[in-house]
Amino acid sequence: MEKKLNKNNIFQRFKNSVFTRSITPKEEKEKIQVVFRSFILHLHPSTLPEKSLNFSVTLGLGGMAVLLVFIQGITGILLRFAYQPFPDRAYDSILYIKNNIFFGEFVRNIHHWSGTFLLVIVFLHLLRVYFTGGYFGKRQFNWVLGILLLIILLFSNFTGYLLPWDQLAYWAITVSTSMFSYIPFMGDNLVEIIRGGKDVGANTLLLFYNLHTGVFPLLLLGIMGFHFWRIRKAGGVVFPEKETDTEIKTVTTIPNLVVREFVVALILIAVLLVFSLLFNAPLLNKANPAFSPNPAKAPWYFEGIQELMLHFHPFFAAIVIPVTVVGFLVLLPYFRYDNEISGTWFLSEKGKRTAKHSTIIGLIITPLLIIADEYFMKAGVGIAFVPPIIYNGLIPFVIVLLILFGYFKFVKTKFSTDKAETIQALFVLILTIFILLTLTAIVFRGKGMMLTFPWN
Amino acid sequence: MTTKKKEEKKNKISRKDFFKKVWIALGTLAGIEFLGISFNFLFHPAKNKTDSASSLVVAGNVNEFSPGTVTMFSGHKFYLSRLKDGGFLALSLTCTHLGCSVGWDNSANHFICPCHSSTYTITGEVISPPAPRALDLLPVVIENGIVKVDLSSPVKRQKFEKSQETYPEL
Repeated sequence: MEKKLNKNNIFQRFKNSVFTRSITPKEEKEKIQVVFRSFILHLHPSTLPEKSLNFSVTLGLGGMAVLLVFIQGITGILLRFAYQPFPDRAYDSILYIKNNIFFGEFVRNIHHWSGTFLLVIVFLHLLRVYFTGGYFGKRQFNWVLGILLLIILLFSNFTGYLLPWDQLAYWAITVSTSMFSYIPFMGDNLVEIIRGGKDVGANTLLLFYNLHTGVFPLLLLGIMGFHFWRIRKAGGVVFPEKETDTEIKTVTTIPNLVVREFVVALILIAVLLVFSLLFNAPLLNKANPAFSPNPAKAPWYFEGIQELMLHFHPFFAAIVIPVTVVGFLVLLPYFRYDNEISGTWFLSEKGKRTAKHSTIIGLIITPLLIIADEYFMKAGVGIAFVPPIIYNGLIPFVIVLLILFGYFKFVKTKFSTDKAETIQALFVLILTIFILLTLTAIVFRGKGMMLTFPWN
Repeated sequence: MTTKKKEEKKNKISRKDFFKKVWIALGTLAGIEFLGISFNFLFHPAKNKTDSASSLVVAGNVNEFSPGTVTMFSGHKFYLSRLKDGGFLALSLTCTHLGCSVGWDNSANHFICPCHSSTYTITGEVISPPAPRALDLLPVVIENGIVKVDLSSPVKRQKFEKSQETYPEL
């Protein structure tokens, strides 16, 4: 049999070997096939329910997070060409990037702000998934994967925080890693392992550099793939389903989804670039182990925990409470719910009302408790016959748990909510308290971590 | 015949099981070996090497420090306190709360941590929390009127005791 001669030139043939089909399809059938066959787009379904395209369903947050991860990858690799992970050279290499490399400061700014945006957007994504019921049924485990991704992102950002080796970086990492020393029995050893020595030093920097630029990015990419695959397996993102719908209307991914993603991506990139032009990433003086700045604050996303440190024994503030909250988050999909509603914001009208109620309760009690503890409880500090871990740790912790439990019961009886709605009210209360604690530490804590107004 | 066949079946399954177990064991072994190698990289000996030559630091002549004063050695991260009774104490700079470096406030006559306002007396004892215990102690050696401080082995303590002081030989 005679072979048909390919008349295309080598460039065309190369292009055809990469893209086996047209990349700008016109026909409906072709559009479906392009997605099915192309490498990048195969994370997408070839067709999807029309309702899931609605912006109010996802707010585009997951897609934004993916884009930011890739921006972090690209800018991170650029910075890596000039950065030197050694205490005597790290700070100078940052200065060099800032002052001597063309657009160096800009790239560093993008990396800094994109990292900040990423945590905020991933957190909002978590809230979106929670409040649209994206953790029920077949999405249970993907919620856990999401929490895992959040934790990896937190530690990615945390390890990157040290790299500039300025006063801000050095003391934020010193303060944050010291929190681990309050774990009973193994605390001190654990801190030494994390720091690679007694103090934050050369070993810490090398370790954090390797985690930040090697281990965490790889872990992140791997688990992200898993996360997306589970979305596909669950039949895509959540969207409101009515029982009257007999047939779900589907549309093709090209152009419907791809164009929308493109618009969101362009807007986000534009915002990020403008932000990076206007605001420089912070850089203080070179790290000086002998002098702590006043106040020395943890990275902003750990300041909620630092605020807790001012009210609870460190073991409870840094270990017990965060582990309890993360445990609660991980277990959220596995409580036995009697009514699983996906795709509707806040489950129901009643859910909306209770969520508002718990937001207001949180907004009232958190400042009251902070101020009460700050100014009136200090007198009770010196009870000599009980150790501080009891009177400053266990007792307040149990009191807080009782308040939360009491609120849980109160909502259930007052609003006669079902289980999902009651737990949602509790979730909102904890969320409000967490946000307020973080804001208090960022905005209202001045010298010596005393309460003050930011304009003082 | 039924019993024989059953036995054969049993044997067959156990053979399969045997190889399954061998594979699992080999896999586990390989995993452990990999972990072991990783640990060698994570905790290689050069990391914890302390320079023995620099662990004993000369602070100065006894007479340079008058009683009731505090001298900072920022390069080695400690304070040398000379108490009113003439005894010496070397205190770690590191706050026992979260590891910030405490500062000496001369007018108030106490150490204060900039991070959470813990304060300590001249002996390193906690005046006000959140610091949970007194500043770590570094052993002081006085030889021929020269004060030396051993940086290699900081001592954890709850509070100050008279026995922790080192007096110059008479």
